[in-house]
Amino acid sequence: MQLHTIWFVIISVLWVGFFVLEGFDFGVGMLHRYIGGSEIGRRVCINTIGPWWDGNEVWLIVAGASMFAAFPGWYATMFSALYLALVLLLVALFGRGVSFEWGGKRDDARWQTGWSWALTIGSLLIPLLVGVALGDLLHGLPIDSKHEFTGNFFSLLTGYGLMTGVTMVVLCLLHGTTFLALKTTDEIRDRARAAARSIGWVAIVINIAWCVWTLVVIGGGTVPQPTQIFGVIAVIFAQRLSTTENDGWAFAASGFAIAAAIGQIFIALYPNVMVSSTNHAYNLTVNNSAAGHYGLVVMTVVAVLFFPVVLLYQGWSFHVFRRRVSAPPTSSG
Amino acid sequence: MANDLARWQFATTTIYHFFFVPVTIGLSFLVAILQTHWYRTGNPDYKRMTRFFGTLLLINVAIGVVTGLVQEFQFGMNWSTYSRFVGGVFGAPLAMEGILAFFLESTFLGLWLFGWDRLPPRVHLATIWAVFLGTMLSAMFILVANSWMQHPVGYRINSEGQAVLSNIWALLVNPTFVWGYAHVLLASLITGCLVMLAVSAWHLRKGEYVESFNRTGKIALIVLIPTIVIQLSVGNQLGVIEARYQPMKIAAAEAQWTTCQPCSFSAFQIGGGANDKTPTEIIPIPHLLSVLATNTWNGKVEGLDQLQSQYQAKYGPGNYVPDVFIQYWSIRVMAYLATAVLLLALWGGWLVHKDRLRNSRLFLLLCVWAVVTPFIMNTAGWLLTESGRQPWIVQGLQKTAVSNSPSVSVTEIWISLIAFVLSYIVLGWADLVLMLRYSRRGMARADAEAAEPVAGAAPSLTY
Repeated sequence: MQLHTIWFVIISVLWVGFFVLEGFDFGVGMLHRYIGGSEIGRRVCINTIGPWWDGNEVWLIVAGASMFAAFPGWYATMFSALYLALVLLLVALFGRGVSFEWGGKRDDARWQTGWSWALTIGSLLIPLLVGVALGDLLHGLPIDSKHEFTGNFFSLLTGYGLMTGVTMVVLCLLHGTTFLALKTTDEIRDRARAAARSIGWVAIVINIAWCVWTLVVIGGGTVPQPTQIFGVIAVIFAQRLSTTENDGWAFAASGFAIAAAIGQIFIALYPNVMVSSTNHAYNLTVNNSAAGHYGLVVMTVVAVLFFPVVLLYQGWSFHVFRRRVSAPPTSSG
Repeated sequence: MANDLARWQFATTTIYHFFFVPVTIGLSFLVAILQTHWYRTGNPDYKRMTRFFGTLLLINVAIGVVTGLVQEFQFGMNWSTYSRFVGGVFGAPLAMEGILAFFLESTFLGLWLFGWDRLPPRVHLATIWAVFLGTMLSAMFILVANSWMQHPVGYRINSEGQAVLSNIWALLVNPTFVWGYAHVLLASLITGCLVMLAVSAWHLRKGEYVESFNRTGKIALIVLIPTIVIQLSVGNQLGVIEARYQPMKIAAAEAQWTTCQPCSFSAFQIGGGANDKTPTEIIPIPHLLSVLATNTWNGKVEGLDQLQSQYQAKYGPGNYVPDVFIQYWSIRVMAYLATAVLLLALWGGWLVHKDRLRNSRLFLLLCVWAVVTPFIMNTAGWLLTESGRQPWIVQGLQKTAVSNSPSVSVTEIWISLIAFVLSYIVLGWADLVLMLRYSRRGMARADAEAAEPVAGAAPSLTY
């Protein structure tokens, strides 16, 4: 395998990792007001992801930075094309990012409610916008022979892109509910399980529709891809396992469903990295947008040496905080 | 127009981001020191001070992290021509920063914040040091990338006209990086110390928690004095390096239009811009510029006019002189404030020696207000570095004027600039409110958090 293909795989894995890990954070963020119920309940929900959300978000940053380093052409075209969408994404990331640390620091109901909504809306917008962006890579955007984007903001709103965004939001909702069912106790757990069961049905329908649309976009005929089949099966499992209260397995299934969804985008994309809807001859590919060989060698060495270490200590952090989170018997500041 | 706006946006968001970065680096070091004291001595006072300053650190980290995201995206969003050209070199340190620094910093910050009751004390202590290590590595890779823009090394231009990496070690031993990194780390420590000193001084003046804040004030001063002394000489050495690779930057910093030998340094001056090349120098200090720029008593400093002719001969027609006003004043603001802080710190050291820190109300008042100086100095330092590189985005390789994204319109940049500025005003206001409130009233909360948990009680909710 050539180095630029290896880096395409690494970047795909980073995106998968981002959605599998941060996906449940988004789900918890979107639903913490509803599933938490009371102020204490909301904080229980937020505390389930407290130690990890920041580390999970780093997967997004590393995915972006790796695109910059390994495929400068891809990074340049994609980030400049998606300009206003990324501005909105960043604003959503601002509000959500500071809400965790700032929300509980003042005993003022309006302050707390405000940041709670910043978390809710941010957690909805981020998977939606990133979903649209990834869908657009595959669907294609107007790009000329110099790899410059020639459209405007409305060119980004492709039907398939929007559908991908919606699918990601629904899968994150499902993933968040299975996570909360696994990580909480009592009424909060009951509400999370109930939500997982109903969201599960929506996710099954949306996921199947989106898979069909993907087949249409890539001209893949009527034969589903393996990732699509596994993805749909995983969503069905997540829904059924929530019914039987197998929290751990339901969470694993919803995680697998997200991994399959992101995986199928990148598998369908290769060897392109960004499709041109103007002319397929202008597609950005792993070949025509990659960095130099030596640079890729250096980065591969760094990734091979240090990425396993990252996985070890992130895994350790998940192990340390594996216990369920409950509300304290009395309210405390 | 699009280019100018994109520059305004980059400058605004970067300067803003760098208000928080040095606080994170400096304060995480000081919090790690406090926790180490607690671990060694078992004195519970160190524990509550760790929690108190740790919370200030966390409030600051939150805004530092989210404003950093803009930087990571902005190269591609606004500077796609630049990104396409340099990604093969410049992108590598950014990717390494993600893998080596961001994961470390964020994962261990979570472990530290939520791990008080879950981790053995020794392991918990290690997590805060890991956070500090993460912040240092992050600064390191960013400085590797930035230094490459100041003095490009270890690259070649490929057949498509793009810069590709040819020697990663050259980037890591780039003299601009080595001295620039030292300068930034020391500046961060100074920032952290001055924040801790200001908060301690405020409480000492109030007469609250006197023993505790006397301790932290002392620690801040003990770290501050040697740091700022070393910083003055590191800053000087960085100037010599820059004079070697970016002579325009240093010549503009003295508004030196004609070549001189030996060269004096003016305390301040009137005029000296492109339209008035013979400024009225007030208090010229003989030989000082020669020493600052070359480390020799009679060193030669080339003038802007001579450099301009050399550059035109080498790179073709164009204006290669950076903004002289920004250069001239940013170096002075930085140097004068640093000297003032050094004098303040020495005064503080003498008070600590006499054990009169808590009694000197004037000194404490000055310390409270001195908290603004590191932010001004840090900003001035980056203005000197970045504005002094102009008109180049990568010194000698690509000009800023041609490096922005062709596909991004003026309207789009207006929208993003307004969106960022409004967001930053809201974030900045909220951050300031929280920092000030917590600095003033947070001790009661830190006390409660530091108290041993009652047996059998469920752990409290951290967020």
